Amino acid sequence: MMRADLELIHRWIPNGAHILDLACGDGTLLEALARNKGVSGYGLEIDPVGITACIEKGVNVIEQNLDEGLVNFEDDTYDLVVMTQALQALRRPDRMLDEMLRVADECIITFPNFAYWRHRVHLGIRGYMPVSKSLPHAWYDTPNIHLSTFNDFEHLCREKGLTITDRAVGIRDHEGHWASRLWPNLFGEIAIFRISRRQD
Amino acid sequence: MPELPADSVGLVTPQTAHFDDPLDLACGKTLPAYDLVYETYGTLNAERTNAVLICHALSGHHHAAGFHASDERKPGWWDTHIGPGKSIDTDRFFVVSLNNLGGCHGSTGPVSVNPQSSRQWGPDFPMMTVGDWVHSQARLADRLGIERFAAVIGGSLGGMQALQWSLSYPERIANAVVIAATPKLSAQNIAFNEVARQAIRSDPDFHDGWYNEHDKVPRRGLKLARMVGHITYLSEDAMGSKFGRDLRSEDLNFGYGVEFQVESYLRHQGDTFSSSFDANTYLLMTKALDYFDPAAVHGGVLAKAVNPAQCPFLVVSFTSDWRFPPSRSRELANALIRAGKSVSYVNIDSPHGHDAFLLPEPRYQAVFAAFMSRAARDLGLEERT
Repeated sequence: MMRADLELIHRWIPNGAHILDLACGDGTLLEALARNKGVSGYGLEIDPVGITACIEKGVNVIEQNLDEGLVNFEDDTYDLVVMTQALQALRRPDRMLDEMLRVADECIITFPNFAYWRHRVHLGIRGYMPVSKSLPHAWYDTPNIHLSTFNDFEHLCREKGLTITDRAVGIRDHEGHWASRLWPNLFGEIAIFRISRRQD
Repeated sequence: MPELPADSVGLVTPQTAHFDDPLDLACGKTLPAYDLVYETYGTLNAERTNAVLICHALSGHHHAAGFHASDERKPGWWDTHIGPGKSIDTDRFFVVSLNNLGGCHGSTGPVSVNPQSSRQWGPDFPMMTVGDWVHSQARLADRLGIERFAAVIGGSLGGMQALQWSLSYPERIANAVVIAATPKLSAQNIAFNEVARQAIRSDPDFHDGWYNEHDKVPRRGLKLARMVGHITYLSEDAMGSKFGRDLRSEDLNFGYGVEFQVESYLRHQGDTFSSSFDANTYLLMTKALDYFDPAAVHGGVLAKAVNPAQCPFLVVSFTSDWRFPPSRSRELANALIRAGKSVSYVNIDSPHGHDAFLLPEPRYQAVFAAFMSRAARDLGLEERT
């Protein structure tokens, strides 16, 4: 069973694509994509446990800190770049977005939506920094230094003149799909964007 | 009789393979006939698909694992990583480890007799390159009935041989493990090698390399060469934590004898080495290092040079290695990425400098074992029970 956002991404990536998976974790997505869709490429990761798991699976993994950019990857050399649940931990998420769309003309990004209603309850009503399944850390030890919302990210894409070709939200099972479709910024726990630098 | 450790390959006996077919070398000369000394650990399976080749570094040899005698003080130089249940698991793999040509541990080299002159080769022994070594290793594989290695593995100069294998014989290597290596030496690396060579060649006992005929050994030169080399194998931190500014006696004695512990250590390393290693071998091994540059014939573009490679690579560096620092391994990994090859790169946190590739380190072992176990799985190798 793959994580819900990975399941969706798996569906979005075309057969035979050559991709980069930034913060690829234990390589679950790349392994499934290679097996089911003939997808090739590399994962980037800094977590030692994740890296070893990738190698054990036969997933190509490069130990590389994303804050240093993607200088070792040439322009337009990949079909797509994926980054799940790492945007919020980067020093400059906006620059990473530029980097991703330099090496490929399409990317898929997922991140925890800070405006999710449970987070709002934490902060707005109870007056505490939100702690949830998607944001499990306390404020003092969190790696998540650039939290944003579904709306914030749409705004950044508009500013950069990028095209959002698809978007979705990851939700909890018992919350209605209709609500998160109508009000993704409120009911989406995980934001999932598919972005292109092509102007449609 | 002392017990051997349970995870040891146990007692091993070196073997010699003699070759009569001449070997053409990069330097233009030909080695008419030669011996290769090697050891093997584990069992070659019926399909001959589980063989792994270990390539040694500058001062290495064929004795990579196990013991030659039950009272041998230390096991082979890579015993940490070769044995039952270890990273290179001898319950699964058949390991071949040889002494390279030009060496001084049994394979044909400067101390062997030149059949043409009936005297020792000495300084006349032809200069060897990494490519020449790989060529001779392929012949050893032929002799052992190994069509394709499950993996070719090496650290430092040995890593260069693993890389060269993937380029010279892409169809004969299923996996490559390149540890603490570099796709070419830097000016600083060559400079250190040149200091080592000058130390040897300027020793009055060197006699232009004919020292054995004069019953001499250029011991002081070799010692100095090893001392310089040894500094580059350790990190500043490792040296600092091992010796600091510790003195051998309580007070300074205002002389040039050994005062600091680090001096004592280096002199000891140099002395041990100079009484066991051949000076001409040391000279030619350092030249083989200097000459290695597979990208040179491709306009310096490594991504083009690695194009023939077909196998998955594991590239490993160590954070405190300043001889072949992580940036050199990244250069290789990036070239492989650019060429679209299958590669994983890891940078192991270690305080031990270049020597880290020889030592145990949990993350290093985990990564190494994971790669080898994936390799075994892909090749359909069963664990021997």
